[in-house]
Amino acid sequence: MIRFVCFRLLQSLIALAILSVVVFVLARATGDPLHMILPMSATEEDYANARQYLGLDRPYVEQYLTFVGRAATGDFGNSIRARRPVSEILRERLPNSLRLALFAMTVSLAMAFPLGVLAAVKKGTGLDRAAQVISVLGQSLPSFWVAIILVEFVAGRWQWLPAGGNEGFTSYILPGFTLGWFVVAGLMRLLRSGMLEVLDSEYVKLARLKGVAESRVVWMHALKNALIPVVTFAGIYFSILVTTAIVVETVFAWPGLGRLAYEGISSRDFPVIQAVVLTTAAIVTVVNLAVDLLYAVIDPRIRYAR
Amino acid sequence: MASPVVDVQDLRTHIVTRWGTIKAVDGVSFSVAAGETLGLVGESGSGKSMTCLSLVRLVPRPAARIVGGRVLLDGEDLLAKSEEEMQQIRGRKVGMILQDPMSSLNPVFSVGMQLREPVAMYHHLRGRALTVRAAELLAAVRIPSPAARLRAFPHQLSGGMRQRVVGAMAIAAPPRLLIADEPTTSLDLTIQAQYLGLLKELQERHRLAMIFVTHDLGIVARICDRVAVMYGGRIVEIGPVRAIFKSPAHPYTRALLEAIPRLGARRERLTTIEGQPPDLAKLPAGCAFAPRCAHAVDRCRVEAPGDTMLGPGHATRCWLHVPA
Amino acid sequence: MAADPVDGTLALPEAPTRPAAGARGRRLPLLPIGIIATFIVVAALAPLLSPASPYEQSLRHRFTPPAWEDGGAWAHPLGTDRLGRDMLARIMYGARVSLAAGVLTVLLASAFGAAVGLVAGYYGGRVDAVLMRMTDATMSFPVILLALILAVTVGPSFFNVVLAIAVILWARYARVIRGEVLTLMELDFIAQARIAGAGAGRIITRHLAPNTLNTLVVLVTLQIGYVIIVEASLSFLGAGIPPPTPAWGSMIAEGRDFVTSAWWVSLLPGLAILLVVLAFNLLGDWLRDTLDPKLRQL
Repeated sequence: MIRFVCFRLLQSLIALAILSVVVFVLARATGDPLHMILPMSATEEDYANARQYLGLDRPYVEQYLTFVGRAATGDFGNSIRARRPVSEILRERLPNSLRLALFAMTVSLAMAFPLGVLAAVKKGTGLDRAAQVISVLGQSLPSFWVAIILVEFVAGRWQWLPAGGNEGFTSYILPGFTLGWFVVAGLMRLLRSGMLEVLDSEYVKLARLKGVAESRVVWMHALKNALIPVVTFAGIYFSILVTTAIVVETVFAWPGLGRLAYEGISSRDFPVIQAVVLTTAAIVTVVNLAVDLLYAVIDPRIRYAR
Repeated sequence: MASPVVDVQDLRTHIVTRWGTIKAVDGVSFSVAAGETLGLVGESGSGKSMTCLSLVRLVPRPAARIVGGRVLLDGEDLLAKSEEEMQQIRGRKVGMILQDPMSSLNPVFSVGMQLREPVAMYHHLRGRALTVRAAELLAAVRIPSPAARLRAFPHQLSGGMRQRVVGAMAIAAPPRLLIADEPTTSLDLTIQAQYLGLLKELQERHRLAMIFVTHDLGIVARICDRVAVMYGGRIVEIGPVRAIFKSPAHPYTRALLEAIPRLGARRERLTTIEGQPPDLAKLPAGCAFAPRCAHAVDRCRVEAPGDTMLGPGHATRCWLHVPA
Repeated sequence: MAADPVDGTLALPEAPTRPAAGARGRRLPLLPIGIIATFIVVAALAPLLSPASPYEQSLRHRFTPPAWEDGGAWAHPLGTDRLGRDMLARIMYGARVSLAAGVLTVLLASAFGAAVGLVAGYYGGRVDAVLMRMTDATMSFPVILLALILAVTVGPSFFNVVLAIAVILWARYARVIRGEVLTLMELDFIAQARIAGAGAGRIITRHLAPNTLNTLVVLVTLQIGYVIIVEASLSFLGAGIPPPTPAWGSMIAEGRDFVTSAWWVSLLPGLAILLVVLAFNLLGDWLRDTLDPKLRQL
């Protein structure tokens, strides 16, 4: 088991390293940021000075190494546009994104689990059909469209809930719902199909033959097995969440990492882009690692496979 | 004679499918006494497994339904009980061993957990006492180093060992009736013999009534006291093993026995039974075996035969044996 | 296995085939197929079917509501947008973009991904481990981030959108196909092919690939919907197909500020997306249930 963990950790580090190179190259590739910063009347000399000041005239390898070295200590340099340390901006924005993501994931899981399991247990009933409809719809609706409509009607016209902003808990509801909708739909379907398969298995039959109460058969014997495919996909769903977050944060003007990404890319702010992508990748990697470990915890066959 | 542990009377189970209603169990009756082993023999699809599932009311719903008959366990009709009452009976009064040890055990829980669960339920034990009892059960089914095995997971055990674990779970209570549904079919021949011996030992120790489902007449000869031959959802012949092997009455039974290759016999071709097993959704009127029977007469195709007693405890359903 | 007298090679044994589609007997999902067919026809024949040009502006006629509302006219059945352009025409032309993006991206991603999966599954060992690490790393990269970066680097364009999505999407196919191949490798007919002297290429193309076709078809259908949504999201953010080409996502973005007043500008393209994606998802579900129930998890 320890070997498994170490192995995965090593893989994650290598992946992150490769990613840092990719990030570096891509950030540089988004074009010369100086065009956006310096006024139209800037001369060649101004460009040269700016370039030197920002360290953009050093050889690429040196730039990369500086970048990695500093990044490891959390120093991502200064935002070219905002002229303050990127790490400061990150510290402001990251928690907002994390809180929203956590809210969305929690609500999604809380909804998806009971619905998915019950839909399988009561297969063919109204509940099952409703769950299937929700699931298919959820994966067919574009989140930004839902977001706009929600902002306009629920927040604008009817004034039931705020569209983001700072009003405490209620602020989270609309963006969180929009963010998690897709996940609920997907997880619910996964759980349902996983449970259907497991409920048909011989070991569930045997558990019933032993006289185990039906609720225990469903929620313990069956569910633990049905979780395996769910966990496998959890990592993918998280990255879909990250993808959706960019759109959702933009629509709801949520001051988080997603919006920062968009802003950074639009203004060709190297340091910001690098920092955002690297941070996102690090988070996704950590989540994937956790998912793999969780997988090994649930399914003992994985633990002893090596 | 003491009253039997289990007495099945005219059990009927139907399965509704889009191609018609399958009469999987069509009027099955038998009884098994304590310490006695009844073999249930037949081809695939003859209704053996469905009969066993019907006894404990675990037929695959919603398609399958028990539609008639009585199943008396120590005098009480199981078919009249509520689901809560049945949950108390399953495992405690009736234990069952399934065919495939690979899939019978839950892969994500340890052997110990899966064994402790029934023991805790039946005997209300906890903690150390529970673990000790679980290890004792493993020892009873002759698993070496039982205490260590409790921590193992199913995929770490061999097929034979897994089947022993399943056996341990089945006798954890111990029950009154043990149903074994082809438990040795997936095991190697050498392991098979050991396992059969183990079952017999457990039966003697706990005075279990046992129903042993198999398609292998050799096993029947070895461990069963009586045998019921099933065809098309019905029992076509039932009786003591000796009597049936010596003088099989029903043409199907005879064909089965003849199909066993014998060493030293001077035959070049193996005897087979012509034709296909019947489509249980479209059973013919009359005897189910008639289409394949070499001795069928007109009456066989028209009317289903009733039971004819041939000797003590030996009955068959065949027009050929009805005294004219 | 008869020996071929002509060149002495043994005829390779037939690979086991899956039961034919329809063996489950479910009815053909006519509604989804109908919707998809309609959209395809509309997209293909847009220039012929469209009542007006999607580019023609008419500031006099801006924000006319759909024909069934007050103030609407049948000249513009679905109303007009902010610049007076006909909504029906724009939606029709938008279908071209969405469908083309969806199909092209998925074809690219699936071809590449399936190839990787086949190779990884067949060779196993080191090759498999390396390829799967790459796959995993790719799979977890957020699509939109890459697309945004590309859009800003090289400039937003149809091709960039397709490329950006395909570059991440292939990983999904690789994973699934590899799983299929691993299962197939357990079967005897591969060993027999090897004994008969078939080389890797032949085994992969003649034996493994055809047996993964079912899975591929299901996956492709299910993914087209997802890609259409991603493309729309990108257009919404301004990183997709650049104006003035009508794309459903950018149409929704344009109408964003007028949702209460001129609701049709944002709502109708969104409905179009919903219909198409829903149809593909339903079709994919049906295909999966018919061809390959094992994929229920997808």
